[in-house]
Amino acid sequence: MNAGRPITEEDFQAYVDHALDERRRAEVDEYLSTHPDAARRVAAYAAQREALRAALAPIAEEPVPHRLNLARLVEARQHRQARSWLSTPGAAVGAGPWRNIAAAVALVLVGGAGGWSMHGIAAGKASLNPETMLTQEAMDNYRVYAADAVRPVEMHAGEQEQLLRWVSQRLDRKVAVPDLSASGYRFMGGRLVATAHGPGAMFFYDDSSGNRIAMLVRPMKQDGDAPMTEHQKDDVGGVTWCNRGMGYSLVADASAQALHPLADEARRQLRTKI
Amino acid sequence: MNDMMLLIEPLIPQLRRYARALVKDHATADDLVQDCLERAITRWHQRRQDGDARTWLFTILHNLAVSHMRQNRRRGSHVTLDDGVDEAMIARPATQEDALHHADVMQALQTLPEEQRSVLLLVSVEDLTYAEAARVLDIPIGTVMSRLARAREKLLQKMEGTPAQEAAKGGATIHRPVFGAGIFRRVK
Repeated sequence: MNAGRPITEEDFQAYVDHALDERRRAEVDEYLSTHPDAARRVAAYAAQREALRAALAPIAEEPVPHRLNLARLVEARQHRQARSWLSTPGAAVGAGPWRNIAAAVALVLVGGAGGWSMHGIAAGKASLNPETMLTQEAMDNYRVYAADAVRPVEMHAGEQEQLLRWVSQRLDRKVAVPDLSASGYRFMGGRLVATAHGPGAMFFYDDSSGNRIAMLVRPMKQDGDAPMTEHQKDDVGGVTWCNRGMGYSLVADASAQALHPLADEARRQLRTKI
Repeated sequence: MNDMMLLIEPLIPQLRRYARALVKDHATADDLVQDCLERAITRWHQRRQDGDARTWLFTILHNLAVSHMRQNRRRGSHVTLDDGVDEAMIARPATQEDALHHADVMQALQTLPEEQRSVLLLVSVEDLTYAEAARVLDIPIGTVMSRLARAREKLLQKMEGTPAQEAAKGGATIHRPVFGAGIFRRVK
């Protein structure tokens, strides 16, 4: 028998994990040779360890999917940084070439307001007009949900009918979803979001690279239409407008200028759908 | 930047395996890995220079996976934790006599509480040392050891009745020579 330290449960675990030094290992071996119950248990642990490794080994041998390509992820981040620089006020004229790599575009549709002041670019400036408030709500929700890798939407595209029924009921207005697939953005689904002016509906889209855009919708206090205005807050841009009392804001991790054609398309469809 | 590529890239298959074993759903697991890699790229210069890149990446991934699983548990959807697996499926003997069936061991694994499953995977499959696993999970090494012991014992109970375990119970005469033959010897 070994005359050293007593054998412990931790020694068994370390034995199974090949984590003992040679000397201690020999001591445990000696112990096990005279304790068949412990030997059986340790053997079972070791068999279990090998079974787990064998069962999971094929996963690590699979080719790494394209979206986990590290070079691509690094490049995407560099593009985001460059775009964020280009889309700052004064530099937005350079945004053209970056349009195609706009990462995430959040469309926020907010319910209509007549009589809005019609500021053009409201780049980053705080203002209390309804349009600006709506855009701010859209951008805030966009930052939270579009960045969520796991569950950006509450209901998926396949549940579009239920989603629209749900949000229409909560907003007490008929809500529709524009189809932006012709622009390369696939509908992902949507969710109900909180705004300072009650519930809003936010819809998300992504392109083939996983770049996300989203659209927020809520009723405005005043009925009527408002023309499109462009907004920019840091790296998030937004285009906001109203149609018959419903406010819409399209926001994205892109310049407002780059978003404008998508907003045009969304507004065109929504006018015919609602 | 090149350092980062050299250190992170070879670990991606391992990260995928760990995520998959924790959350099962393939797409969700890769979502978590992608999120992990994006954070790693963003925070590369914030990591401790004396720290090990693998431990650091597993820490990021583990925290993302745990928050994902807790979110799902709150929502009451997805059976990724210890309460959703059909016991009858687990108890069903494997059809092959000489090996633990992969599906059986994976089923049994899913019955473990998340905290035990993480330890078992990090140590047994991903070959982290006990100290590294303790850092990833932000718990003392003693807790790593006790969770590991509980995980193995519970997995053993779940696997009882499958042929390999019956064999393991069969007698010391079968298994003692195995120790002598050195299959448990250090792999490297």
